[in-house]
Amino acid sequence: MDDLAQSVLVQWRVNGVLHELDVLPGQSLMDVLRDALRLTGTHMGCMTGHCGACTVMIDGRIAKSCIAQAATLPRAEIRTIEGLMGPDGRLSPVQQAFWDEAGFQCGYCAPGMLFSAIELLSETPDPTDAEIDSALAGSLCRCTGYQSLRRAVRAAARALRETP
Amino acid sequence: MKFGTSQTGVGRSVERVEDGRLLTGRGRYTDDIRLPGMLHAVTLRSPYGHARIRRIDTSAAAAMPGVVAIYTHADVADYGPVPCMVPLSGPIQTPRLLLAKDVVRFVGDGVAFVVAETREQARAAADAIEVDYEELPAVASIAAATAPGAPKVWPEAPSNVLFTWEAGDAAAADAAIAAAAHRVSLRIVQNRVAPTSMEVRAAVAQWEEGQGILHVGSQGVAGMRALLAGMVLKCPPESLRIVTGDVGGGFGMKTFIYPEYALVLHAARALGRPVKWAGDRSDAFQTDTHGRAMESDATLALDADGRILGLKVETWSDLGAYQAQFGPAIQTFAGGRILGGVYRIPAIHNRVHGVVTNTAPVDAYRGAGRPEATYIIERLMDAAAHRLGLGTDEIRRRNLLTPDELPHANGLGLTFDVGNFPAVLEKALANADWAGAPARRAEAARRGRLHGRGLCYYVEIAGGGSAEEFADVRVGSDGVVEVAVGTQSNGQGHETVYAQVTAERLGIPLEQVRIVQGDTARLDQGHGTGGSRSMAWGGSACLEAADALVARGIALAKADLGDEVDYAEGLFRARNSNASLSLAELAARHPGGLDGRSRYAPEQPRPTFPNGCHVAEVEIDPETGVVEVTRYSCVDDFGTIINPLLLQGQIHGGVAQGLGQALLENVVYDEAAQLLTGSFMDYGLPRADDMPPAIAFDSLPTPSPTNPLGAKGCGEAGTIGAMPAIMNAIIDALGGTQLEMPATPEKIWRLAQAQRLPQAAE
Repeated sequence: MDDLAQSVLVQWRVNGVLHELDVLPGQSLMDVLRDALRLTGTHMGCMTGHCGACTVMIDGRIAKSCIAQAATLPRAEIRTIEGLMGPDGRLSPVQQAFWDEAGFQCGYCAPGMLFSAIELLSETPDPTDAEIDSALAGSLCRCTGYQSLRRAVRAAARALRETP
Repeated sequence: MKFGTSQTGVGRSVERVEDGRLLTGRGRYTDDIRLPGMLHAVTLRSPYGHARIRRIDTSAAAAMPGVVAIYTHADVADYGPVPCMVPLSGPIQTPRLLLAKDVVRFVGDGVAFVVAETREQARAAADAIEVDYEELPAVASIAAATAPGAPKVWPEAPSNVLFTWEAGDAAAADAAIAAAAHRVSLRIVQNRVAPTSMEVRAAVAQWEEGQGILHVGSQGVAGMRALLAGMVLKCPPESLRIVTGDVGGGFGMKTFIYPEYALVLHAARALGRPVKWAGDRSDAFQTDTHGRAMESDATLALDADGRILGLKVETWSDLGAYQAQFGPAIQTFAGGRILGGVYRIPAIHNRVHGVVTNTAPVDAYRGAGRPEATYIIERLMDAAAHRLGLGTDEIRRRNLLTPDELPHANGLGLTFDVGNFPAVLEKALANADWAGAPARRAEAARRGRLHGRGLCYYVEIAGGGSAEEFADVRVGSDGVVEVAVGTQSNGQGHETVYAQVTAERLGIPLEQVRIVQGDTARLDQGHGTGGSRSMAWGGSACLEAADALVARGIALAKADLGDEVDYAEGLFRARNSNASLSLAELAARHPGGLDGRSRYAPEQPRPTFPNGCHVAEVEIDPETGVVEVTRYSCVDDFGTIINPLLLQGQIHGGVAQGLGQALLENVVYDEAAQLLTGSFMDYGLPRADDMPPAIAFDSLPTPSPTNPLGAKGCGEAGTIGAMPAIMNAIIDALGGTQLEMPATPEKIWRLAQAQRLPQAAE
């Protein structure tokens, strides 16, 4: 229990805002985001890294924040679902595509699906259906049967290709 | 009324109102709530399937940092048990206490409730509670529970069978079977599955001025309040307010009261601070109600031409350790009367035994008895076709009821009203290119893969237990029409579709309507969402409330304008002058006075009968046993469709849950009643790459005569159609070898090793 009490100071830029935080060893990034920063758009689904509801971006790569130890990230650039909108407050093209295609139902899986799509499309602007499935397969959705999510990723790909 | 006249009205794929907040992380699910001074609770659960509690020592735990209170049975003994609303077991009671008294009956049964300043402190303290258990012999399956000399889950039920329910005519069914040219019998097992909403259950309670406020993900706040107040907490309903925000999926499971909901209210009152309980995935697998879990002996009798003469089914339904809220109803009243589908069956009998085991309680899960009943008849139909050498399409063609035979009493207490089942079948076969399947089979064989095609014709009895529903409309001085409805979206998109219906009825823009749900302080009546009932009854309640609003507005405007008044498109117009008042203007003149309320309650409430035909094709790799669903299509009759885009989402999600049960999902207890599938590592939920390339949907509606919208309900159909269609396709690929769900690679690989698969390559 002693080392648990040893808090660690971390410096994170979260959605563009700099935070200095004391975090405890063992504390997940998800818990810090949700509890300390009140960024509740990052969701708890399993705490084992299987469902993706807690997905965020750490230094430009997507990660499951429930199994990311906060204290192992002394300095990091973190983006959560709350930080996906543009500076003008408009939805990003990927968010807009998910809206246009009714991608979500309950919306709980949104962090995993949106970030998976963003990462996929940043590397693969014109993905095949198999590549879309492979990207989405890191996250679970119980509502949509993935059909609308696939459709949304395809629409997002089109939108991003058409936007310079 | 005439629909489809507006760009956002009935029949239009309007985009979802909900998504503005859900896409940006601004949804508010229960665990997102953080109240000042809030405490955190954890339930200590039984690690045994069956054990006697000799002693609980909380002293060490109570002294741990941050611990505020630890409750055990004695502290909450005055409250009622979690209610079972279906009294099929007569005098045999199986009360699930909020915390176990001296016996625990399944892994996850609550033993103590620990409240601390933080969740981590509560969890650490729960780990420090010493419980002295005496392990008792357990029964973890129907077979174990019904074996001679089996250990008893309840001493009051020496056979572990709590009730036997029957419908139909046993003698007639026996006689038909005895005299038939062909008899097909199957033993059919329907695996236990976990509903697995992505949002785990959670509850937050606080007390304000003598009223307990419970924030909880529910499928309807009014019903939950009535039961929680009346049967558990034993307080007047007005002393509770239940609030449901965004819900991350429910699928039936979030309809019910769970012990934690009463325990947080108790703790918050006793401690004078808000208390949150937020379950984790382990809590969910252990204690969310499970679904299906049954075994059946089923016999179908046919004449020489493949026409059905009789059907007889005997089912053992695993209820779990406690009879859940509607648990005993699922295979009886909910599903047991739809057995036999929309086929012409002269003699039919269904017998259901309710069995208790040392497992989690079983209750409604998407379809709630209808998928199970459909699965039985559809497996039999394919087995019969195989036996008689008929096509699986042809045997259905010969037995489906035709429109001129409707209405038709099905022999189990239901009367099918409208539909065109043969036309739906033919359209589904055409859309699926059923005739082209043999060529695809040959092509698959050249690749060394086994190909199969499967059909399911389903009918659902929809509309839930009651056709009554409530809506309450108010207009603010900004002209926004706020409609409170007594159903509860869990992600289906009700905020959008109800707004479509209401806006069209009032002739106003969609944006001017706001749908609210989930707060007994706003609307304390309603029957919630379940049984595919929301659109038929909730949508009708919205229509009637809009009409009540117009009537009220006309009365007010008449007095204000001193003239007869007509309403159209948001304006109340005087007949004899140019004077008019908009909704906003009239509302501003009568603060809080421009409103309307409806109780939609047809004089003769009747269910609706959504129906349809699902067609699946699979390919199996005999080397690995992996099944791939290569083609999937369906044609459904949902009556009037409000929003095709959102409706298809219901189909797709439903198909995924049926596919999951058919291919992947299985809750497993070992012989000692230990839960072996307690995480996503052991319980297979479908992922994107498990799904077919596309799910083609088409509609051939016959509007329901039961409600003004003509809607039949679409929430459960996908699941009902998918399980049989996919399993029939797999069995077809296996050359008729019967196989039980889930059709895992291991099971098929074992068949291959036993040389029981047909040869793929020519």
